[in-house]
Parts: sequence; structure tokens; C-alpha cells
Amino acid sequence: MINGTFDLRGAETHIEVHKFRAGAVAAAAIFALVIQALLPVYFPKADILDLPLLVTIYFGLSRRNPSTGLLLGTIIGLLQDSLSKSPLGLYGIAKTIIGYVASSIGARLDTEHPIARFALTAVFFGLHQGVIVLIKRLLLAQPEAWFTTRLGIAAGLNALVAVFLFLLLDRLRKPSGSFP
Amino acid sequence: MVAIPSRHKSLVLLAGVVIVQMLFLAVQIKRDSQGRLIRSWTVGAISPFERTGAWGFGRIRGIWIHYFALQNTSRENENLRRENDALKLQLDQLRSKAAEADRLAPLINFRQLNRNVPMLGARVIGASADTASHTIFLDRGEREGVRRNMAVITPDGVVGKIIEAFPNSAQVLLLTDKEGGVGALLADSRIQKPVGGTGEPLLVMKYVPNDETVNAGDRVITSGMDRIFPKDLPVGTVTEVKPGNPFKLIRVRPAANLERLEEVIVLLTLHPLELRKEPESRVSDAAEKTASEQPPTAKP
Repeated sequence: MINGTFDLRGAETHIEVHKFRAGAVAAAAIFALVIQALLPVYFPKADILDLPLLVTIYFGLSRRNPSTGLLLGTIIGLLQDSLSKSPLGLYGIAKTIIGYVASSIGARLDTEHPIARFALTAVFFGLHQGVIVLIKRLLLAQPEAWFTTRLGIAAGLNALVAVFLFLLLDRLRKPSGSFP
Repeated sequence: MVAIPSRHKSLVLLAGVVIVQMLFLAVQIKRDSQGRLIRSWTVGAISPFERTGAWGFGRIRGIWIHYFALQNTSRENENLRRENDALKLQLDQLRSKAAEADRLAPLINFRQLNRNVPMLGARVIGASADTASHTIFLDRGEREGVRRNMAVITPDGVVGKIIEAFPNSAQVLLLTDKEGGVGALLADSRIQKPVGGTGEPLLVMKYVPNDETVNAGDRVITSGMDRIFPKDLPVGTVTEVKPGNPFKLIRVRPAANLERLEEVIVLLTLHPLELRKEPESRVSDAAEKTASEQPPTAKP
């Protein structure tokens, strides 16, 4: 599983690359997928959340390595596809792109502040949805609206949940002093 | 130490991964009828967690209800005792009505008349992991005889059909999904048209010409023409009728509560079910009784 740490070179070395406890990334991803599948059974309105997306964004922003970010996004997206009826690759492609973009942005900006996290998550949610709609329209010939009120609400709600979820996920980080 | 991929390399990797998945998508579209191994593996790996989670949720809810949510219990207890006395009186009246309702309920009739039809109770252990589709996972699978395209119902009405059967679990496409649907007819006018999902809580009845008369409150039942659902099961009730172009826009509220499913029944047969006809006199008596007990329905 993708769980190593990579240093950034050149002008980006001033931004900290976070390392996580062993198995933390895999455990968080699986936990998010299970909760995503379970919550709507008991709370139907909870289907507005996309926890696997939030986990992809978080680890992308924290690890700041585009290659590992996009691969993590691919794995989470394909697993999400497997647990839904969407064709395998739909969420895979969307989360691959999100993983890559989040890692790339994370390597350039300090994304630790809650406001930055809120804004970035809302933007990533929109991008994620945009990619899905694009794939559905171009590859699957399924007409899908680019924007609905529900999507706007979902973007805000997911961003809000992300602020608190990211604080929880921060606890999975190894202390900075333990870097080799 | 792992070698650091350059920015250029990661872009190439991104393009490669996306292209592979796009090819993967294309292959699936051509071969959608075949089972997908990765889907089976993933569901097999995740469903134990879902079972555990469902069990855990049940326990936590039980603990919460029985131990923590006990504020004002004493006061409520006194009120409930008083209510209990009144309810005992009503109970005898309701018992006689319940017995009558049992005789009339279509689903009970269905079960009584089709004892030879194998049915299986199943528990809902998960929902779709994506936000757009309306599917659920059941804790019964191929080992219990569940197969693709089997009908799933509740005592209230039609739920959906099995779209994937795994060894220990199965995925159900709900009627409310955009790809969900059922052959249906209006119970009174006998207009026979498909009812499908829209991704919203309400269903739509399609292709009904504008010159047909449909009213809010009309009951919608299965027609049996889809060869999945047996005839005469409740699908829902018409809630809204609007003229459209070229067909009426008819919204239907599902009879089963598809947003809060915990237990369902899987009809373990892939053959069209033929309901045995009741004697005419019983049917007409039952219809009259049902009509007399129906609450007044709202008109648009």
C-alpha cells in the first residue's frame, strides 16, 4: 500500500511532507468506504457525503506527492466503483485526477488552515463532479446536469465535514520529530 | 529511499492511469452483461465490514435507546399507563379489523396463494457507495439461491431487482434508481405502462397519453409483463399528474419505503409467477370492502 514518505526538492522544500502511521492510509480509505456504504441505510440523507473523496483529498494534500496521490485516488475510486453500480473507472478516473491535483496543490500551498481546507475541498468537490459529468456525457452517453442546487449544497456540506474530518485524520500523522 | 518521480513523470503516470481506466470503461460498456471479478472481490472483502458495521450500529442504537435516551421517562411512563388503558379498549376493535385487513392484503394473498414460491428474508447491510445511484446490498447471496434478476419486495410493495449476486451478498437496484423500473398498471383504469426511477424519491409512470384519465391517489400495481415481478403487487400511489408533451407527467410515490429499508423479501425464482385466481365472489367482496375502507384521496 502507498504509505511511504517522500521529500520535496528545490523551491518546495519549505512545505512539510507528512508521514502517517503504518496502515493508516489503507485503514482510513477502507473505513471511509464502509461508512459511505453504511450511513445511507440508517440516514438516507447522508448519501450527500462523499467520504472516499474527502480521504483522497486529505492524503493528497498531506503527502504532496502527485504520483502517490493519483495512485491512491485510483484505488479508492475503483473500490468505490466496485461498491456501486457505476461502471468501473467512473469514480476511478475522477479520483485519480483529484488525487493528482490535490497532491500538486499541496506541494505548493500550506493547506493546514481550516479555511484553506474548506475552500479547497469545495473546489475539489466541484472538479470531481465535473469530471464525472464529463465522463458520463462523453463516454457513457448519459445526459447529466452540470450543476444542480443539491450539488451546491453537497459541495458546501462536504467541505464543512472535511474541516472536522481532516482534524481527526491529522491524528494519524507521525510526529515530525520521528522523520528519518 | 524511494526514487522521486519528476513532475513530468507524474504527469505521464496520470495520463497512463486515466487512459487505462477509460479503456476499462469502454470494455465494460461492450460487455456489461458479464460479471466483473474485481467487483466480486471487492464486495466479498467489504461486506464483512458492512455486516459488522450494521451489527455495531444496531447495538449502539440499542444502547442509546435503552440507556441514554431516558430523559423524562418517568413522566412519559405515567402518561403511557393512562394511554394503555384507553388503547386496550381500542385493541379489541382493531383486532377484528386487522383480521379483515389480513384477508384483503394483496401481499398476504400472494403468499397464501403461492406457498410453493420460494422466498427468502434478507437484511440490508449497505447502500451504494456513490451518491448518484440507488442500490443496496443484502446479507444473502448465491449460496442461499439468490440470482441476478430476482425480484425483491417488502410487505408494503415492490423494492427492486437483484443486479449482482455474490457468494454471501447481493446488490439490489432500487426502483428509484434512474435505471430502475417495473411493468405496471393503474389498478382502476387498467392502463398498462412502465414505472421507472428518476434518481429522486418519487417514481414516474411513462408513456401515458394526454387523453387518458389519471388522478392523484390512483393505485399502481405490477402488471407482470416484465417477467420479473409477479402480477398485482403494490408499486405505489399516483401523487401528481400534469399534462406533458407528448405524454402525461405522472409522479408515483413508492408503496415500499425505499429510503428506510432494513428487511426485504427476495423471490427465489427466475420464472414468471402466475397468481392463482381467487373465486370471483371472494374477489368482488374483497374489492367492495377495500373500497369502503379506503381513505378519501386528494385530487389535484
